[in-house]
Amino acid sequence: MNKARRNPFNVFASHAVLLTYTLIALFPVFVILINSFKTRKAIFREPLALPSSDSFSLIGYQTVMKQGDFFLYFQNSMIVTVASLFFVLLFGAMAAFALAEYRFKGNTLMGLYLALGIMIPIRIGTVAILDLMVSTGLVNTLWALILVYTAQGLPLAVFILSEFMRQVSDDLKNAGRIDGLSEYTIFFRLVLPLVRPAMATVAVFNMIPIWNDLWFPLILAPAEETKTLTLGSQVFIGQFVTDWNAVLSALSMAILPVMILYVIFSRQLIRGITSGAVK
Amino acid sequence: MTALILKNVCKSFGQVEVLKNIDLEVEEGEFVVFVGPSGCGKSTLLRVIAGLEDATSGTIEIDGKVVNQTPPAKRGIAMVFQSYALYPHLTVKDNMTLALKQEKQPKNEIEERVRNASQMLALTDYLDRRPSELSGGQRQRVAIGRAIVREPKLFLFDEPLSNLDAALRMNTRIEIANLHRSLDASMIYVTHDQTEAMTLASKIVVLRDGMVEQVGSPMELYNNPANQFVAGFLGSPSMNFIPAATVGGSPEHTLGVRPEYLRINGAGRLDAKVSHVEKLGGDTNVLVDVAGANTMTVRLFGQHPVETGEQIALDFDDKDTFLFDAGGRRV
Ligand SMILES: Nc1ncnc2c1ncn2[C@@H]1O[C@H](COP(=O)(O)OP(=O)(O)O)[C@@H](O)[C@H]1O
Ligand SMILES: [Mg+2]
Repeated sequence: MNKARRNPFNVFASHAVLLTYTLIALFPVFVILINSFKTRKAIFREPLALPSSDSFSLIGYQTVMKQGDFFLYFQNSMIVTVASLFFVLLFGAMAAFALAEYRFKGNTLMGLYLALGIMIPIRIGTVAILDLMVSTGLVNTLWALILVYTAQGLPLAVFILSEFMRQVSDDLKNAGRIDGLSEYTIFFRLVLPLVRPAMATVAVFNMIPIWNDLWFPLILAPAEETKTLTLGSQVFIGQFVTDWNAVLSALSMAILPVMILYVIFSRQLIRGITSGAVK
Repeated sequence: MTALILKNVCKSFGQVEVLKNIDLEVEEGEFVVFVGPSGCGKSTLLRVIAGLEDATSGTIEIDGKVVNQTPPAKRGIAMVFQSYALYPHLTVKDNMTLALKQEKQPKNEIEERVRNASQMLALTDYLDRRPSELSGGQRQRVAIGRAIVREPKLFLFDEPLSNLDAALRMNTRIEIANLHRSLDASMIYVTHDQTEAMTLASKIVVLRDGMVEQVGSPMELYNNPANQFVAGFLGSPSMNFIPAATVGGSPEHTLGVRPEYLRINGAGRLDAKVSHVEKLGGDTNVLVDVAGANTMTVRLFGQHPVETGEQIALDFDDKDTFLFDAGGRRV
């Protein structure tokens, strides 16, 4: 294994594969970015050309800023994503700790029940969820989205985190108990710091689908003041005409926060994926 | 007062009975060692005493009070774990003071205790370091320090030396013995290593499959084992067992003789072929194949010119032997 990795041909081959993949993955992002700075004509004439002095234009960004309350959408998206992640991580970690740490009747059954949600897409329940939100008066509030995304993220979070928590040394938790720490202190002060890589993994896996989701904002919170960025950008996509400048500019700006969050989590994420173990 | 009394303690995990009717007393100031092979329930017993596991039945009494319902922090115990279990994100000092802060001890009292403990364990220079910046031996001392500062009525050690290398293990063993002398506290020490048990204990409790096999001082157990298991477990190299019939005894019995009581003698009772020789300088261990029995070990003091493949005869005095029946009980 080690020998194979040091072989220069293998090093070259693996880098070539990874570079190719990176290029393929980044290409659409790159196209969106360059075209967001071009005039409409230039977009269609030469979609792959870089913006030149001729074709450079900020018209898309200007449209986005003028039309609709882009900053409000942005803020809504941010609130929904961050709050959902917070609740997924908090409740996911707590449930995972209980499943991993305590022996009680129905522990395994509870674990299976919570894991079931991984296999069943939450969208199947859309009608029931909408019904529920209408009767609780949560339609057109950000809470509707936060609750749904929390429910959507929990199964995988519990599944991944409980696996990691099982690996935290029993002796450490027991030392805490003998030193008089409460179960909550043991959870927050001893266990959570040790499973940080796993938490980051869960956060990244949940963040992107929530940020990009169009389905639930459209159904549960389509009002002007609760629109998310993805939903807000849809106004530029018409049935007959699409304002490509505006769409591309909106998408370019939507990428930014996800990138920032990703950079925050990525070091932990990589450690979580590569080590897969807590020492 | 008696530091610890266990009455009829049982512990099951589901259907599996791990501890069966353990009765035990630990006197004030005593150094008790639980010894037994891996998986016999030593750690489980220690965790039951600490309150980290609930006993399925039976009572646990520490310092005169029944503590079955008392949480671990209030039992007046401190525990040192095999894996050290130091808090990775706290400094050495914070590791040692966490429990005292939880107990809301006054600040100057905490400082005083940390100063004493760190002097005793030569940790004064490391108080601001994190556990990851310490060597294995230092981590072990921090773990012991964390126990000392609490001034518990009962110390619990779970195989504290098994992660250390051989040289350090011997030093730390002596340190723990000194610690026991200077603190004059009751200690329970779990190990699977008979040398640690023999050298540290004032009282040894031999466990097998969740049951107490025998309790007594190291020399009592060495000189007067109650059964074949205890006889074979204590002493190194361990006792030789041969069918008593090979030397003219009852066919039902097994005869046990310690390696140090065997002699190589031209006119011995057992004919043997040397299969391996370990020359340690001070001692020579000779492994031999005996006709009609298994491999036996002979321990000779000093240096001897025995070579592999040699035919020798072994002899021993009858007063140095132990007889066990088919069930392993002493006859
Ligand atoms: N939490 C548990 N659940 C089920 N079985 C356990 C648990 N803890 C220990 N055991 C079992 O109890 C037995 C004794 O374990 P332990 O006390 O750790 O042994 P020792 O410390 O003597 O090596 C082992 O067979 C082990 O499998
Ligand atoms: Mg053990």
